[in-house]
Amino acid sequence: MDAPALSRGTFIRLTGATGAGLGLALSFPGCAPSSQSGGKDFSPNAWVRIAPDDTVTVVVNKSEMGQGVSTGLPTLVADELDASMNNVRIQFAPADPKYGDPGLGGDMITGGSTSMPDSWLPLRAAGATARAMLVAAAAKQWGVDPATCTTRDGVVYHQPSNRSASYGSLAATAATLPVPTDVPLKTPDKFTLIGKQGRRLDLTGKVNGTIIYGIDVQVPGMVYAAIARSPVFGGRVKSFDATKAKAVPGVTAVVQVSNGVAVVAKNTWAAFQGKNALQIVWDEGPNAKVSTASLFADAERLAKTHNGEHVAASRGNPDSISGTVVQAVYRGPFLAHATMEPMNATADVRADSCEIWAPNQVQLRARAAAAKGSGLPPESCTIHTTYLGGGFGRRLEADYVQEAAEVSKAIKSPVKVMWTREDDIQHDFYRPMSLNVVRGVLSGGELRSLTHQVVQKSWYRSWWPALVKKGVDPGAMEDVTDAPYAIPNFRATYIDHDHPITAGSWRAPNANWNCFVTESFVDELAHTAGKDPLAFRLALLRHDPRATNALSVAALKAGWGEKQQAGIAQGVAVTLWNGSYGVIVADVSMQDKMPKVHRVVAVVDCGTAVNPDIVVQQAQSATNFGLSAALTGKITIKGGRVEQNNFYDYTVLRMADAPSIEVHVVPSTAKPTGIGEVCTPPIAPAVANAIFRLTGKRVRELPFSDALA
Amino acid sequence: MISITVNGTSHDVDVPADMPLLWVVRDELHMTGTKFGCGVAQCGACTMHVDGVATRTCVLPVSQAVGKQIRTIESLSTDNSHPVQRAWIAEQVPQCGYCQSGQIMAAVALLQKTKKPTDDEITQAMTNICRCGTYGRIKSAIRRAAGEA
Ligand code: FES
Ligand code: FES
Repeated sequence: MDAPALSRGTFIRLTGATGAGLGLALSFPGCAPSSQSGGKDFSPNAWVRIAPDDTVTVVVNKSEMGQGVSTGLPTLVADELDASMNNVRIQFAPADPKYGDPGLGGDMITGGSTSMPDSWLPLRAAGATARAMLVAAAAKQWGVDPATCTTRDGVVYHQPSNRSASYGSLAATAATLPVPTDVPLKTPDKFTLIGKQGRRLDLTGKVNGTIIYGIDVQVPGMVYAAIARSPVFGGRVKSFDATKAKAVPGVTAVVQVSNGVAVVAKNTWAAFQGKNALQIVWDEGPNAKVSTASLFADAERLAKTHNGEHVAASRGNPDSISGTVVQAVYRGPFLAHATMEPMNATADVRADSCEIWAPNQVQLRARAAAAKGSGLPPESCTIHTTYLGGGFGRRLEADYVQEAAEVSKAIKSPVKVMWTREDDIQHDFYRPMSLNVVRGVLSGGELRSLTHQVVQKSWYRSWWPALVKKGVDPGAMEDVTDAPYAIPNFRATYIDHDHPITAGSWRAPNANWNCFVTESFVDELAHTAGKDPLAFRLALLRHDPRATNALSVAALKAGWGEKQQAGIAQGVAVTLWNGSYGVIVADVSMQDKMPKVHRVVAVVDCGTAVNPDIVVQQAQSATNFGLSAALTGKITIKGGRVEQNNFYDYTVLRMADAPSIEVHVVPSTAKPTGIGEVCTPPIAPAVANAIFRLTGKRVRELPFSDALA
Repeated sequence: MISITVNGTSHDVDVPADMPLLWVVRDELHMTGTKFGCGVAQCGACTMHVDGVATRTCVLPVSQAVGKQIRTIESLSTDNSHPVQRAWIAEQVPQCGYCQSGQIMAAVALLQKTKKPTDDEITQAMTNICRCGTYGRIKSAIRRAAGEA
């Protein structure tokens, strides 16, 4: 493989004001604010700073929510820089368009497993360029040819004269040198950290309680608040009586904000108690009769009448194929994210400034929300991104930021708005419910035709409308239009089921549901064709060597086709998620009408595994996350409101039900393609396919606790 | 005034008697290592030791903690040298990390009671929720800590 040149649109320049150190800024032409002209004033996109004390600070423009990005991105810099990971520090980027991700339209978003692929070249280039300048500085000092110098662990060496100098000692000189262009990047065989470095940089603070999450932020003079929001989607406050709330010891104020009534107090507990004591009359609006049943009835009507249907993909002539026809309808529930850290934000709104501390995945949108809540221009709003106690897509919204700014503005004090778990479960942006209608035609034992109709609310419509083209929400069609199978006659259609239940991104949207349909149905077709499910898939994947390889590795490692212990059966599923492949084989038995997953073999091909153990962590995490939802996860609606409250009725996976998960990472030197999500979609169908082998029952709705009851 | 002893230090706090210990420690003593996850004794994020017993403090009125030894995650070590912390690092357990203070405190209590817990004993004792799904590594870390202790 050739070392990629740096010149592909990445520009590097020295940053000013870095004291005695060397600061390098990267910028992408595509990302420069359009008001700027020419190539002179490009804004930094990522930022590497080398200080006299040898520390290397990497500004991370992505949020750390457990996926390891605050280790992964610095690894890219440190490898090309030949720095020691021990000297690497990180700083989370502020909300500023100059830290936007060109791969995501210049927005600051941590999602879609895009952090690693989008940072792969630019951050390595930053490291390589800094290294070249440090070498040049040393060579100049020593009067030697830079080509005769080498670097290792933050030191430049000149072997012939037995001299060495640390990066920190060279930084000031390096900063005076011209910035080289087109510095070559390492070929994979030269990597010292990429593919090896597995230690997270955030471990120590996470085993002693010192890492600061949003909930831990303390600002001088800060008070606490809780907000009562309309239980009915779209409802509003009609009137309220705060007498009882104000009588709660510690409550200092009650103020109305745009989404409800905020109780302000000296501590979180008093705020929660005060909120419970509020007497609010809600104008429930038009949605007070909406229920899960009414929503599915609507979806079925839309599906049958093809009302508002758009073709997302089409090839061949799926309607003209004759053979054995198999048809099925699948129903997926709403899901809440239930991040371990409930939503919260701390705001300090002054006359001309607004400062926000928030665990968020969208710094620029958080800034816009702060602007809205404070009434100040975005430029006057500062966003401090803390560590996130889980994200899973929930923190791609910034509702918690706006309301915190509103409360702070109203009470003229810094305030932390804290959500209860009930608030969190009942005011989420849910993985939307879905109705999927599939029809396959088998002929000669082969799948000749497939149609897949998806009826699902579009969350992109409000979140990123530009991505919705010709009526098709690409997120709603993940693992439908881009399922890896080569089926000669194929049509995917989409109906945007508009309804009042707020919808959003949920880990691997919305492959997290569609994969269940695709992979359960392919299994069903294999069974009808009398074929082994794995062999049937392999035949449909002949065109795709990586998918074929991942499936074959999974079969081998899991002992597919071998005799299982009595009462245990295996199920398999495969997905392709934003360029990464995930295959899961699950060993399942039935216990009291519920599946018990004993062992999972997960094979992932995500290109270069930059931090191998973090890749394994994420495969395990995503598998458990998907399994949690598949077993018992569902949000139901009645009377226009969410029926679930807390972990006792929105139950999640615990250790007792967590399988042993064996992860196999396919060795690769291809560009990395992200790992945070790919194992979430395939676990549910893999288990369902095992259930079919055990019981003969084809599961067509989730969770299993409902489907098998 | 209510007087409680946290990590060996006594504190006087002016709070209602029914305020849960979690919020007294977090908001009044400003020790934020212990987390809030549910408020209803479901998740274990708020686990502290009360007289050596792993306790979900989001539902423990502070009045019931008076006269008892309360230990939080902050008390384990100043340098991550506690065997359970070392095991957590060696197995690289944390992801988002939010649940881990509670998980570690639950594990420390388990190992104080049962030096070499079986897999079943681990599963029975470790009922805290981790949304990042670190359960397998928590198990390995407890086994490792048990081996080292
Ligand atoms: S916060 Fe106490 S158990 Fe969840
Ligand atoms: S590590 Fe994230 S919830 Fe446990």
